[in-house]
Amino acid sequence: MIELKQLVKRFGPFTAVDGVTFRVNTGEVVGFLGPNGAGKSTTMKMVAGYLTPTSGSASVAGHEIASEPLAVKRVLGYLPEGAPAYPDMTPESFLRFVAQIRGLRGAAARERIAHVVGLVHLEGVMRQPIETLSKGFKRRVGLAQAILHDPAALIMDEPTDGLDPNQKHEVRTLIRSMASTKAVILSTHILEEVEAVCTRVVLINRGRIVFDGTPREFQQKSRHAGAVRVQVRAAAEQREAIARELRSLGSAAGVEEVGGTDGRFECVVLAKNREALPGEITRAARGKGWELESVAVEPGRLDEVFRSMTTGGAR
Amino acid sequence: MSGVAATPVGFAGAAWAVAKRELAGYFVTPVAYVFTIIFLLVTGVFTFASGLGGFFERGQADLSAFFFFHPWLYLFLIPAISMRLWAEERKQGTLELLLTLPVPLGAAVIGKFLAAWLFAGIALALTFPMWVTCAYLGNPDHGVIVAAYLGSFLMAGGFLAIGSAVSALTKNQVIAFVVSVVVCFGFLLSGYGPVLDFVRGWAPQAVIDAIASFSFLTRFDAISKGVVDLRDLIYFVSLIATFLFATVVIVDAKKA
Repeated sequence: MIELKQLVKRFGPFTAVDGVTFRVNTGEVVGFLGPNGAGKSTTMKMVAGYLTPTSGSASVAGHEIASEPLAVKRVLGYLPEGAPAYPDMTPESFLRFVAQIRGLRGAAARERIAHVVGLVHLEGVMRQPIETLSKGFKRRVGLAQAILHDPAALIMDEPTDGLDPNQKHEVRTLIRSMASTKAVILSTHILEEVEAVCTRVVLINRGRIVFDGTPREFQQKSRHAGAVRVQVRAAAEQREAIARELRSLGSAAGVEEVGGTDGRFECVVLAKNREALPGEITRAARGKGWELESVAVEPGRLDEVFRSMTTGGAR
Repeated sequence: MSGVAATPVGFAGAAWAVAKRELAGYFVTPVAYVFTIIFLLVTGVFTFASGLGGFFERGQADLSAFFFFHPWLYLFLIPAISMRLWAEERKQGTLELLLTLPVPLGAAVIGKFLAAWLFAGIALALTFPMWVTCAYLGNPDHGVIVAAYLGSFLMAGGFLAIGSAVSALTKNQVIAFVVSVVVCFGFLLSGYGPVLDFVRGWAPQAVIDAIASFSFLTRFDAISKGVVDLRDLIYFVSLIATFLFATVVIVDAKKA
């Protein structure tokens, strides 16, 4: 549905986007990640037809952005960064304006506006100037605008930025509920959002894709994926011996975050062999007579993967 | 595909949607009211004050005292309308929104210009008591007055188109205002001494004639005396078209 081929954008000598290629099918929600300045917004602006690519191409629903920009803009819903809207207008007049531009008229327009207003919960503020609304409401006005025409492809630049946890939850639920019939790209800084709504992760750094896969695969890249957090009842003088024992296990790669409080020893055992490690730990505990309080396998840490893939190798 | 029954709007439909939004925008803020009141007040004062328009002293039933000041009023008032056209969109970030909606850039430029022009037209139309007063006191040549209104409206369009292009260059409205005033001043006076003297020394006669022919003042003067020359109409219309085209080019170049 959305296809990016070797997209490049240069601003003078600076290359903001450097050969980005990926495609998004209907039913997919792609979490577009990357540090600030990595080129996320620039990439999205090119697909939305705001910026002209230096080279490469992008298409939505089979329409090339270079040759058929209007056709792309008709099928695409786009929420620009910061969710801009005309501050003097009310959400009602603003959405009516967008409906008119989108070719929705009369009863169809009214029904559709009422529907999206219900989806994003704008009912109470429809007649207030947008400039007087809170950040959360402004963001939702932007969302309503983007989904007004029930677009087949949806691109959102930080849709949950500035929302409180409840509102974030609502927006994520909304995106999930729409996902089956749309191709969605959303950029975010919030890594939990990826787990919560995305079916796929595309990570870019310095304008290049450094990861493209499922959230699970992304998580598995973590050093801590498959690591085991162990808690044992033990006196302070036993701790050293337990740590040594765990470190020497065949499927362990190391022991980290050794600590504990009075009468309890706690640590994280990194895995060399993810499948074997938990069993080996429990067997060791049984053999040594440790009093295990808990053994928990870690799923992997998203922020760690993010950091390891976007730092280092400085250009 | 999209589950909503939408009929794509054409170029004119998109331009009209933009114009309607823009025009409504003038009236939700005090801009429209302040502007209209000032315009009416100042035209009134200039027309009737002795020593300025001297409407009564002249003892003639015509509105030349009224129209005489229009170019000079427009010089400051029109850039005040046009300065926000694109500068504000850029500042608010709504330019990205507008240009990613299915609106051809040309339609957006024309829509915004039309809204501003219509607004100026409304302010101009509200000076009708002037006409009524004149008709009550004497027996004016209504044809001349109609021509002068037409000329004034066209001139406002010319100023607005220039202002639109200048506004597209910046996101700072003050800069847009000042630069527009200067550019419009150049167009106003290009048929007159200082501007022509500046080029007379070195430019060939054809260039001098060309520059002289750009003057708003000479053309407006002719129209407001009731001489509606097709060439003057074409001049204003093509001037508007040229600067709107420039606006399209500037907006397009600045966003990339």
